[in-house]
Amino acid sequence: MIVQHAPKADILARREQILAGLRRILPETGVIGEALRLKPYETDGLAAYRQPPLAVALPETTEQVAAVMAFCHAEGVRVVPRGAGTSLSGGALPMEDAVVLGLMRMNRILEIDYADRLAVVQAGVTNIGITNAVHERGFFYAPDPSSQLACMIGGNVMMNSGGAHCLRYGVTANNLLGLKVVTVDGQILEIGGAHCDAAGLDWLGLITGSEGQLVLATEVTVRILRSPEGQRAMLAAFDGTEVAGQCVDAIISSGIIPVALEFMDRPCIHACEAFAHAGYPMDAEAMLIIEVEGSVAEQDELLGRIKDICRRFKPLSLKVSGSAEESAAIWKGRKGAFGAVGRISPDYLCMDGTIPTSRLPEVLRRIGEMSAACGLGVANVFHAGDGNLHPLIMFDANDPVSFHKAETLGADILKLCVEVGGCLTGEHGVGVEKRDLMNVQFTEPELDQQRRIKSAFDPAWLLNPSKVFPLKLPPEALEAARHSAVPMAAE
Amino acid sequence: MQTHFDADQLRDPDIASSNQILRNCVHCGMCTATCPTFLLLGDELDSPRGRIYLIKDMLESGRPATEDVVRHVDRCLSCLSCMTTCPAGVNYMHLVDHARTTIAETYRRPWHDRLMRLALRVALPKPGRMRLALLGAQIARPLASLLPRRGMAARRLRAMLELAPRQVPKASAVERPMVHKAIGTRRGRVALLAGCAQQVLAPQINEATIRLLTLMGVEVVVAKGAGCCGALTHHMGLHDPAMASARANIQAWLREADGEGLDAIVINTSGCGTTVKDYGFMFRNEPEAADAARISALALDISEYLTRLGYAPTRAAPALTVAYHAACSLQHGQKITIEPKALLQRAGFAVAVPAESHICCGSAGTYNILQPEIAGRLRDRKLANLAAVRPDVIAAGNIGCMTQLSGATPVVHTVELLDWMAGGPEPAGLRVS
Repeated sequence: MIVQHAPKADILARREQILAGLRRILPETGVIGEALRLKPYETDGLAAYRQPPLAVALPETTEQVAAVMAFCHAEGVRVVPRGAGTSLSGGALPMEDAVVLGLMRMNRILEIDYADRLAVVQAGVTNIGITNAVHERGFFYAPDPSSQLACMIGGNVMMNSGGAHCLRYGVTANNLLGLKVVTVDGQILEIGGAHCDAAGLDWLGLITGSEGQLVLATEVTVRILRSPEGQRAMLAAFDGTEVAGQCVDAIISSGIIPVALEFMDRPCIHACEAFAHAGYPMDAEAMLIIEVEGSVAEQDELLGRIKDICRRFKPLSLKVSGSAEESAAIWKGRKGAFGAVGRISPDYLCMDGTIPTSRLPEVLRRIGEMSAACGLGVANVFHAGDGNLHPLIMFDANDPVSFHKAETLGADILKLCVEVGGCLTGEHGVGVEKRDLMNVQFTEPELDQQRRIKSAFDPAWLLNPSKVFPLKLPPEALEAARHSAVPMAAE
Repeated sequence: MQTHFDADQLRDPDIASSNQILRNCVHCGMCTATCPTFLLLGDELDSPRGRIYLIKDMLESGRPATEDVVRHVDRCLSCLSCMTTCPAGVNYMHLVDHARTTIAETYRRPWHDRLMRLALRVALPKPGRMRLALLGAQIARPLASLLPRRGMAARRLRAMLELAPRQVPKASAVERPMVHKAIGTRRGRVALLAGCAQQVLAPQINEATIRLLTLMGVEVVVAKGAGCCGALTHHMGLHDPAMASARANIQAWLREADGEGLDAIVINTSGCGTTVKDYGFMFRNEPEAADAARISALALDISEYLTRLGYAPTRAAPALTVAYHAACSLQHGQKITIEPKALLQRAGFAVAVPAESHICCGSAGTYNILQPEIAGRLRDRKLANLAAVRPDVIAAGNIGCMTQLSGATPVVHTVELLDWMAGGPEPAGLRVS
């Protein structure tokens, strides 16, 4: 279980005044304060951790966001930003004394500039919404987290989200030009803009991936790219996960960078096929989705070279998608993979460690051993080309023992990632989930330096507290909390 | 997702079923993206995931439904877009049906809401009463402008008057219980759900269906005793009237299936099709469980049956662009997405699909009367997307959508266009334009 800072008693006592204050800023439908209606906001994509907030505020403009922030700052109220609530690390987990500031009403595309290849959108526009707005003119927005249908660009910026096609196009940070942000005390700032790099400090770099610790983003300027001439996906099936991992390593180390190189093991293949009917190889222990793009001749040439490499690892089958519909189904299955695991397990914890691709076979083997030792199944689906693992630990949330085992296994897997030279998170963020593992990755002086940056933006630590940075608690208090069935409060 | 039901609660088969559905949900949030009300209102509580949470809380607590739960569940269109999107296969339809029954049993609505719902369930499922009601609406329409602009009751009344057609068509003879003989060699025998509201609003749909099927060598039975499918009351959470309607249909069609035999039960109103295909589930704890499952297995949308028969046109199509409007009950409820478009193309039309075709038009049974504001916004959004493909005609497979979308561009049922190209008359809706 997770520990949070203790709620501030004076804030809880002034609940009604705080709600009244929010209602002076926002229209009636923009403030939620009734216990029953707050419940659905108690969690996000990491449903194992839950805590209803003090209130929910749903602003529609940057000015309203700024007014809410100024008000909360003046009242000393903590604020938890929220987009679509799809975070897999508990990034939007509320606190009892916090106002959840939801940006989903800010869902307008503000400007599209094809000549300069950029789009300005509000933070609550979905990731796919940007591509949908420009695809008829032959453009797209490249980073494509698997939840791109639902997740919002503001959250993408704060988590520096990646996705299947980031192997070629980079993550959010590489496709971002500017932000309009609101500071903790309600000032509106413009950072970056329609140009590459800015004078002075690289604020954009600092804020991207800051998990709502520093500022809130309300408007985002992104790079849009010309759609490729064409693309084709190939499915390569193998009779073992390790050998599939070896094949990934061979492709990457040959110098070929496909647009996407994805891995799925048997449980995922079966769960996703049931959802997407994509023609996945049901007899395989592991499958790679390899996508290339360019002219037909370029695609053929690349696919030929990739097939040659795959053949060295005795694939069960190699199948190139024959149509746009087939490719769409292949990606529908892959992008629905986390949810599809709901078909084979009532609950899962989704890990997000990143490792050097050369260590893939070894890490997959060791995850398999750890899974067998603790008796919980692990389904693997991940961005293999980037070495960004997503082991899905399957457990039963109605059984507390099972949940505790899952948390422990998750921590062990992430420690393994760090041990082989990788890191705790590739794209989902630290959130609450990986917070207490941060000192596996960083030394205390390194963490303190990060904390000082947080304090510079947010001196009173009102923004998205109890996340990212390990709470400074005695070890026995942390251990007690781990065995608790409910979120525990500590200061 | 974790649930909190005790052993006692789980002995209730409805709770047990909903518990299974809730445990399937992993709270990933994909469903929010394709939910029409979340798109418009931007509140978790008006998304499938938020409603699932509210319903879970209501069922777990065993408390009567509260005004808050009712407000957010009432705003759900039951378009089932979330079920198409859900990777985990969560059966939201059965969960929200359970919630609606619980609400009907434990929550007392304001008097005007009760009165409105009573009027709808008395008038709509019976063609005679519906016709009378529409004639009444024609008389009352000039008074619509006198209704106050505020207040839910007044807005609903205005929506109802605006939705009522300017002219009520004459009743058709084809819907009476009878057998329509196949022309030429008999290739099959089907029962047609003659329906309730549709035959009053647009009798030409059943006429075209029967004409086309008999021409293709299929004997069509309008079974004695069959009537409204029960969807209307079912979606209001009224368990007993819904079951009574369904039971009457099951018995009527069983007599035919066990008598001269049935290859299919053909349904040309997709909202009803979704419900008939769910009879098996609705009756799972009843003595007629097996019979109901058999009826559900026989049920086919007209587009499925025509595809199976190998529909082919007999005349060259005029150069018309048909915008295919996917009814939610067809695309999400029954997962029929390819057949209607393929049939229209087979008939020779240029078929255009509008943007956001997965989003509901706001009709959703009685939703456009009970939730006029949201329904109106969805209609405007849908009409704008349809207009963007510059259609000559809009084709849909559900009378609710047809009524909701009626406006500048003619709206016809898919089967009317198919019948026309197979020798039937030009659809009346097209001739008017």
